[in-house]
Amino acid sequence: MDDKTKYVLRLADNALILGQRLGEWCGHGPVLEQDIALTNIALDLIGQSRMLYQYAAECKGDGSTEDDLAMKRDVFDFYNVLLVEQPNGDWGHTLVRQFYYDTYNYYLYEFLCNSKDVRIAEIARKSFKEISYHAQFSAEWIIRLGDGTDESHERVQRSINDLWTYTGEMMTPDELDRKMEAEGVGPNLDDIATKWKRKVNEILDIATLKRPEESFMQTGGKVGEHGEHLGFVLAELQFMQRAYPGMSW
Amino acid sequence: MIDTIKNILSEVKDPEIPVLTIEDMGIVREVSIDTSNKVTVVITPTYSGCPAMDTIEDDIKKALNEAGYEVNVKTILDPPWTTDWMSEDGRKKLEDYGIAPPVKGMKDKRTLFGKAPEVRCPHCKSMNTSLVSQFGSTPCKSLYKCADCAEPFDYFKCI
Repeated sequence: MDDKTKYVLRLADNALILGQRLGEWCGHGPVLEQDIALTNIALDLIGQSRMLYQYAAECKGDGSTEDDLAMKRDVFDFYNVLLVEQPNGDWGHTLVRQFYYDTYNYYLYEFLCNSKDVRIAEIARKSFKEISYHAQFSAEWIIRLGDGTDESHERVQRSINDLWTYTGEMMTPDELDRKMEAEGVGPNLDDIATKWKRKVNEILDIATLKRPEESFMQTGGKVGEHGEHLGFVLAELQFMQRAYPGMSW
Repeated sequence: MIDTIKNILSEVKDPEIPVLTIEDMGIVREVSIDTSNKVTVVITPTYSGCPAMDTIEDDIKKALNEAGYEVNVKTILDPPWTTDWMSEDGRKKLEDYGIAPPVKGMKDKRTLFGKAPEVRCPHCKSMNTSLVSQFGSTPCKSLYKCADCAEPFDYFKCI
């Protein structure tokens, strides 16, 4: 598989796995409006992942389809960041994961709208306005929960701290990120990190939450080294194709 | 010939909002016909994950097949669909149907902390409305409520 295909798969896998996680909230949201909100965001993400998988399948050029890529790869062939596979936890925990990811995703896609790869740029321009709605939604919830009751403040602060260790991976460039940057396909991740930190600090301040100390950052997802969680996500996501290979309706 | 095809297409409805045709929505970008009478219809998706898109494609094929045309539907992503492409007629039909049409002139939709737009209640036409949730019953809608007539309503949000 060439570098660009792998890069497109990273983008696609992030969108699919986070979309699948958010879909777990369907029917379990605290109130109807928020249940609908998370499933709407899930739908956007899965729609975006489809466009990316279609492109990755074309890049692979071996007759694979978008469905093959989503449904028939195993854990070590998924390149999503560790953050998006983390379990939902409570409402606040899900929104912290979303806030960390959306803020990154917003600045990433802002860049990708002008990617030198024409197809990535088209997909990014299609997705960007949707992503900005997501980013606004999750940031507002961080403020509401952080600056809410004593209990919501304490619980969301705990999630802010617990998920912090998964934020570094998104913005720490590896060889593939650097190569894509050099080709004008992907961004300079240090630039994204600067913007991400500024926005996250601003929102945490408004939310009266404390930003965690710099500490050890988990990595591995981008090269297929995942925690135990992804296997469970895929077991549910891929169940039908595993149990009844090739089935359709 | 092209006009006949366009007439047929103007009858195809959006499956989620059946008062709107795909023409009102601005989904059809191009229609062409080659020398062997094969029709190509170029469409663009609204929201990325909108499940209506597959149905719309099927409905276009069905409508043209029934009229005796062989048809190929092509999807393009760029330029991305925007609510600004919705026709005046479509906007009026939406409001009559009880869905507030997208606010015009929201050119900068990229703001990370944009204020919710001021939306007119489709029932009593009051401007005294507020946003309940940015996400509604379908990906393209937000949920609003009217403080004057106390009715909740959908707002077709701008992208």
